[in-house]
Amino acid sequence: MTTIKNKSQRLGAEQESLTQDPPEGAVIVHQLDRKLAAEVKRRSGTDLNLCYQCRTCANGCPFVAAMDHPPNALIRMIQYGLRQQVLECGTIWVCVNCHTCSSECPNNIDIVAIMNTLTKMALEEGVQIGAQPILDFHLAVLRSIEDYGRTHKLRIMIRHKLTTGNWFKDFDLGLRMLTRRKLDLFPSRVKAVKQIHRLFAPYWKAAKP
Amino acid sequence: MKMEPHLEFSFYPGCSVATTAWESNQSLMRACEALGFGLTELPDWNCCGSSSAYVVDPELGFQLTARNLSLADPDKPLLVMCPRCLHHLRHAHSILREDQDLRRSIERRFRRPIPPDLEIIHFLEAVVRHGLPRLGGKPPRSLNGLKIFPYYGCTLFRPLGLRRQHYYQAEVENVLVALGAQTETNSLASRCCGSFLSAVQPQVVVQQVNSIMEGAVAVGAECLVTVCAMCQLNLEIRSTLNNALPVFHFSEILALALGAMDYQAWFTRHLLDPRPVLKSRGLIS
Repeated sequence: MTTIKNKSQRLGAEQESLTQDPPEGAVIVHQLDRKLAAEVKRRSGTDLNLCYQCRTCANGCPFVAAMDHPPNALIRMIQYGLRQQVLECGTIWVCVNCHTCSSECPNNIDIVAIMNTLTKMALEEGVQIGAQPILDFHLAVLRSIEDYGRTHKLRIMIRHKLTTGNWFKDFDLGLRMLTRRKLDLFPSRVKAVKQIHRLFAPYWKAAKP
Repeated sequence: MKMEPHLEFSFYPGCSVATTAWESNQSLMRACEALGFGLTELPDWNCCGSSSAYVVDPELGFQLTARNLSLADPDKPLLVMCPRCLHHLRHAHSILREDQDLRRSIERRFRRPIPPDLEIIHFLEAVVRHGLPRLGGKPPRSLNGLKIFPYYGCTLFRPLGLRRQHYYQAEVENVLVALGAQTETNSLASRCCGSFLSAVQPQVVVQQVNSIMEGAVAVGAECLVTVCAMCQLNLEIRSTLNNALPVFHFSEILALALGAMDYQAWFTRHLLDPRPVLKSRGLIS
């Protein structure tokens, strides 16, 4: 009787030290977000629980080398409820929505919808963004759409250069594009631009610095 | 050369075609004149949201696209030039067709009806369906056996929700062969070009573009033809190969074969001059 008691005491102490000082990569079960998978499923409108980890998405993705987690791993992480790791990863921003993965997925999971749901959740929750330069670029594009109703590439590139501070990257390319009139100096505009402003008003408030 | 009867479309150019890819737009106009397609630009259209709106907030992208749908003429098919715009327009339209409540609220917002039976087609689809029969045999300027690698890019084939719709596989080849060209292809023809990563992580895109370009060189092509202005730009600006091939927009090569004369103005805008290839085949002087 006493030995059993001692044993359980010892186990309790071990558990406690594990939780306080977990080894690297350890998953602490009671800290997992059990509702994450259901939330992503509802908001993206696709059933990620159909995933059986065949890795077709990761093998087909042209950009998997630039990702920190392949798409199938991301789905597993959502199922585990690793909320912070999922929302702070770079993968969701590197995805260019080319649909290679979703069209090859044997279970018809709309992986792009999952990615776009996660980027939006990351912005809503104000977490550390996994690939800030990519978000900066999207925001530069969105500001152009908000102001003109259409994209103005020259302004987007200049704004992007302002935020990244990397003026000389692609400098000669920009010049070549200018001389071939690939970059218009003035934007093409929507007349009813107020209507566009109104569309923007309720959204991306969280993202606007 | 004019063909009857005239076919009328409303036309959504999209930002790239309206600005950066001016040459695609001009050649599209020439091709449409030759094929007897009448285009009316969608009045006061706005950007479909591109990738950026959908990444930051899919709902915002949907609203931007829905405004364009509310501008469309219900009696004419809506002709779209950019595959990504086409995807967004079709996707939003399919949602609005099924969800009546949502449609009503969007209609109230823009104070215009959204035509539930609107037909939205890509330029390539219009050419395949209505253009080829109108050519009837020999084109005015046969492409003289020019070896072309048709590069579709990612979006024209794939989007999930639209799987029940038309597949474009081999359609570019069909048109080009009818115009007198030869086509060479491989599995990289629908690999993604890298889209917006070209601006942010160019090194990733250089790798993609070079492998696509190397594939085209390996199958013996003399040039590439793409249906997407974004792909054309990425293929041109991000290839670091010494033997990179020139890249045409589909509308340029089509208008050329249909006898357009103002091609100099388009080709001088290319970052990689395509004229030597065309001269070697005796297509331009």
